Amino acid sequence: MTQLMTEDGIRCDGRRVDQLRNISIKVGVLKNADGSAYIEFGKNKILAGVFGPRDVHPKHMANQDTGILRCRYHMSPFSVTERKNPAPSRREIEISKVLKEALQPALILKDFPRTVIDVFVEVLQADGGSRCAALDAAAVALADAGIPMRDLVSACAAGKVADRIVLDVNNEEDQEGQADMPVAIMPNIGKVTLMQLDGILTPDEYKTCLQTAIGGCRTVYEVQRRALVEKYFESGEQ
Amino acid sequence: MESAILDQLKLDKILDLLKQGKRLDGRALDEQRPLTIETGVIPKANGSARVKFGDTEVITGVKVQPDKPFPDLGDKGILICTAEILPLADPYVEPGPPTEDVIELARVVDRGIRETEMIDLHQLVLIEDKSVVGIFIDSSVIDSAGNLFDACSYASVAAVLSSTIPKYEIKDEAPVLVEGVTSKPPVKTLPVSVTMARIGDYIIVDPSKEEEACMDARITITTNSAGNICALQKGGDDGFSVEQLVKCSELALSVGTKIRKKFEQLM
Repeated sequence: MTQLMTEDGIRCDGRRVDQLRNISIKVGVLKNADGSAYIEFGKNKILAGVFGPRDVHPKHMANQDTGILRCRYHMSPFSVTERKNPAPSRREIEISKVLKEALQPALILKDFPRTVIDVFVEVLQADGGSRCAALDAAAVALADAGIPMRDLVSACAAGKVADRIVLDVNNEEDQEGQADMPVAIMPNIGKVTLMQLDGILTPDEYKTCLQTAIGGCRTVYEVQRRALVEKYFESGEQ
Repeated sequence: MESAILDQLKLDKILDLLKQGKRLDGRALDEQRPLTIETGVIPKANGSARVKFGDTEVITGVKVQPDKPFPDLGDKGILICTAEILPLADPYVEPGPPTEDVIELARVVDRGIRETEMIDLHQLVLIEDKSVVGIFIDSSVIDSAGNLFDACSYASVAAVLSSTIPKYEIKDEAPVLVEGVTSKPPVKTLPVSVTMARIGDYIIVDPSKEEEACMDARITITTNSAGNICALQKGGDDGFSVEQLVKCSELALSVGTKIRKKFEQLM
């Protein structure tokens, strides 16, 4: 087993317990998509493309009263150490569902009855915390598509490693650590829209872990905002 | 879950009642429906349980058989937990490949049992890296009336507690069943899953089918015997405030204590 943390609290990738991995986001990276974004979150490399609001196919899925949101999270076969079968796994189907439910509160789908907004996320390289990074890219891609939103959605995980609560769990820490808690919030509204946990936490650690993750989400939000400003206000005007 | 078609009148009624601290079926906001657990219902399985949780009904069977370990987990036995909503359980369920709701159901039930480390998988190794015992916990929802997460989880835990593990010996590097010798499963802790729904500003425990049809968001929290929080899944098309999430964790612990007592009687 690799050592996950030194005695002075330095993690296996050299970070402090409260430090995020490097994040960079590029907006509008795809020509055909109505909105798109590319995120590098540590070693995660993820593309998100958004289409819509557009006609629903198959037609029976259309809703007279509201638009619908569909989300597909997919990992490329070459994104992980052992080749991943390209067919969607049960894990990917579950993540697609929780991503959809994390993004939906930010959208005003009632304004677009009988339409669908499709969000496609492709994980080109995965490195722990890919669902959070995917969500960060997807939220920016939705904004890039010009879809009215109540707020952005910002996601980041926290966890427990070597008995300490740490921000932004990486792949090794996820595999061998004690707990992993991905969280997404709408930062200006203050609502948690994605939350999962596996691992063992005391009630106090649970609260600390949640607050730590939310702190990370707020930092991510600044990166998302800057990426959007960069594309739409290049000349410095705001 | 596939929502029941809820007429507007019923939705208004549910919201009206919540304002008075009441629910459609007369329960308190933090009150679960009655739970009955019957074990040993499928003698051909190594363990089984039939759980009635309100009008929701689940049958779970445990099968134990030798297997090869997962490549990077050669020092652990195999644990696989599935869940299925049978077409006879709900007019809106059709035969065919599992929908994302059903996949989520199975994975949340699995996560609760796996992450609490209910079963000591290290005790299920026959030859390290080569041969282990696998425990397969399969749940079938036979009547669907809301909160399938907890119903399947309770049935799974009860089925494991009632199970007997056959003994295997290694002969010529292959596992051979030793007739007539069984042991209790190596259980370390009792996971209890508690599902809550948010409707408006109200948090209710164990939503019924009608309540699920009009809830804003859902959360399932699994705790262990030591009072820790071990698995969690938020669902539904809206979110929770941080205060609500803390309240939900406290509810999961307090409600969980009562269910855990029922499990203890099965041991």
